[in-house]
Amino acid sequence: MSLLEVAGLTTAFKTRRGEITAIEDVSFTLAERQILGIVGESGSGKSVTALTIMGLLPNPPARIASGEVRFDGTVLTRLSDARMQKIRGSGIAMVFQEPMTSLNPVFTIGEQLMETLRAHERLSPKAQRERAIEMLTRVGIPSAALRLGDYPHQLSGGQRQRVMIAIALACRPRLLIADEPTTALDVTVQAQILDLLLDLRDEFGMAIIIITHNMGVIAQTADRVLVMYAGRIVEEARIGALFDRPLHPYTRGLLECVPSLEQDKARLAAIPGTLPDPASRPRGCRYAPRCALRIEACTAAIPALLGIQGEHAAACIRATPS
Amino acid sequence: MSALIEATALEKHFAFGEGRLLSRRSGRLRAVDGVSLRIAHGETLGLVGESGCGKSTLGRLLIRLIEPTAGAIFFEGEEITRRPTKALREKRRAMQIIFQDPYGALNPRMRVEDIIMEPLLIHGAKSDGPTRQKVSEMLNLVGLPRHARDRFPHEFSGGQRQRIGIARALVLRPKLVVCDEPVSALDVSVQAQIVNLLQDLQGELRLTYLFIAHDLSVVKHISNRVAVMYLGKIVEVAEKRELYAKPLHPYTQALIAAVPVAHPGNRASARAARARVSGDVPSALHPPAGCRFHTRCPYVMTICRAEEPKITEPRAGHEVACHLVGSS
Ligand SMILES: Nc1ncnc2c1ncn2[C@@H]1O[C@H](COP(=O)(O)OP(=O)(O)OP(=O)(O)O)[C@@H](O)[C@H]1O
Ligand SMILES: Nc1ncnc2c1ncn2[C@@H]1O[C@H](COP(=O)(O)OP(=O)(O)OP(=O)(O)O)[C@@H](O)[C@H]1O
Ligand code: SF4
Ligand code: SF4
Ligand SMILES: [Mg+2]
Ligand SMILES: [Mg+2]
Repeated sequence: MSLLEVAGLTTAFKTRRGEITAIEDVSFTLAERQILGIVGESGSGKSVTALTIMGLLPNPPARIASGEVRFDGTVLTRLSDARMQKIRGSGIAMVFQEPMTSLNPVFTIGEQLMETLRAHERLSPKAQRERAIEMLTRVGIPSAALRLGDYPHQLSGGQRQRVMIAIALACRPRLLIADEPTTALDVTVQAQILDLLLDLRDEFGMAIIIITHNMGVIAQTADRVLVMYAGRIVEEARIGALFDRPLHPYTRGLLECVPSLEQDKARLAAIPGTLPDPASRPRGCRYAPRCALRIEACTAAIPALLGIQGEHAAACIRATPS
Repeated sequence: MSALIEATALEKHFAFGEGRLLSRRSGRLRAVDGVSLRIAHGETLGLVGESGCGKSTLGRLLIRLIEPTAGAIFFEGEEITRRPTKALREKRRAMQIIFQDPYGALNPRMRVEDIIMEPLLIHGAKSDGPTRQKVSEMLNLVGLPRHARDRFPHEFSGGQRQRIGIARALVLRPKLVVCDEPVSALDVSVQAQIVNLLQDLQGELRLTYLFIAHDLSVVKHISNRVAVMYLGKIVEVAEKRELYAKPLHPYTQALIAAVPVAHPGNRASARAARARVSGDVPSALHPPAGCRFHTRCPYVMTICRAEEPKITEPRAGHEVACHLVGSS
């Protein structure tokens, strides 16, 4: 059985311009200990997917229009707020892009860590303190015992993200969702944090969903990958297959348009055009206006995400096994 | 090749914490601390380094948007450091900047035509037919439709706004353009469009670029030479292939090793290569003594904590400031 099953998930928002569907018909599963990468450009629906799973989108304006999320056999999308609260933290935990906004500036990091522990486990104050020190040490905060009394602003950006990871992992969740955990960080620190996440997966055996717009971060971490475009999954594959035999023209475009350190390119293969506005998406395949392989049939209906080669699936009527 | 622009021993200090008597955090922040560099005609010099190391400050100093605390700048062989503003005017025209944030850099209440025309008017042109014609040419050059003239910035996507910013910077036909993270805020599919555009324009208009970015892959793609900055200093500069293939400074090595792999097959080897550098960039307010990288350097020696390494040139055109290189 999968740890997480997401089936046909569609989340809509009420906006001034009417209702928009931020994500549409999103389905995937995640096994224990697996690292799933979700990659896509701005507005593709990565964060909304994560926040819907976590039950963190306020209704209104957000509304789950259809589909369900099942975690460890329990349907989360029908859970009361109180029970969902329990799952958050000990079952599923989340780390956000901007560690400063998700840490409370008026409490020390020790207080915030122990607060999380208290909410989920019965521990003596001494045991809480010990666990807090252990977690901070584990995520690479030097002299952790001394840093418990520090306020968030006294830490560097990289240290704050480490503290966020420590808080997220304090109750040993079985699934960690990391939404652009390194986007705001410098490259040397980004590399350290990604390595840390991989080590923690090995050590604690949790599953991870890592959300990013950076194909390099995916190449660095994921076992399996979902590629999202304009609210829909357009490709799903094991990591090796995605990089060696990308099936969807958008995925190929994403891989080709970035320069690489390993290979010189005289000119970048840019994807023409821009991402569609969610309020006025093109008919049929949403990538069609930018796609070099477009034929008339592409605009007739939204292509379904179909298995092309084993577990490798793409939502493109022209995708064929290689 | 002759230098279009050259800087020697440039410094820029910012005062901070003034008036807070009890604060030990008051004094001067040396955002740029003794930087010398030259950029040849038609060349692209890439400038990389982590947040707060002084890249933008250096870029702004070079084109005289801000005053240096010390040091000298030469443009086409002429010193422009201590010139009165009026005498600078012609040189200023020849030096422009493109900013990272296409949203913040454009006046939201101005039409695109007026945004692009403004620099011409500041430099004495009249708002007449020929001037408008120049604006139309610029729009065409950066790949925007003619009707863009009458629209406002918010009606455009991020990539298109960056095109407007580029048109505005180039309308005065500058020689040197400081590109300060021009693609960092854009989606990757749009980044490539703008990088290609900047390369095309460089060829057509014979531009010289200082290209600032934190993405080492983009910098490698677009530059001829690359300079690496750490806490206010340039620690290494070389022709790009040389720099990426044979980095001499441990910080450059760490930066290159930190770039996410392009293919999952290279994960393990990449990880092994970067295992040694730890920690974050220290605060620029209290930079470490001696070599500023010594708190993170895997090769740190006693001398590194005491003495600042001088710039040496172990190979022609490859400069580096590190005691490891000096002593060998
Ligand atoms: N609170 C909201 N109200 C209305 N629309 C929203 C809201 N939150 C998200 N959306 C819309 O849903 C779509 C998906 O947004 P989402 O934040 O999931 O994108 P993302 O893939 O995480 O992008 P990014 O890389 O920029 O973080 C976007 O079109 C966005 O404008
Ligand atoms: N006007 C200013 N007043 C005071 N300090 C400043 C000012 N401008 C920059 N600084 C400081 O100077 C240092 C260098 O800043 P700068 O913006 O040049 O860095 P950067 O390398 O461009 O960073 P980033 O990659 O984040 O853009 C930083 O510590 C910054 O806080
Ligand atoms: S369905 Fe058609 S337009 Fe869409 S990605 Fe495939 S070929 Fe391109
Ligand atoms: S001077 Fe010393 S501390 Fe600095 S980079 Fe070289 S070896 Fe490392
Ligand atoms: Mg997001
Ligand atoms: Mg900057």
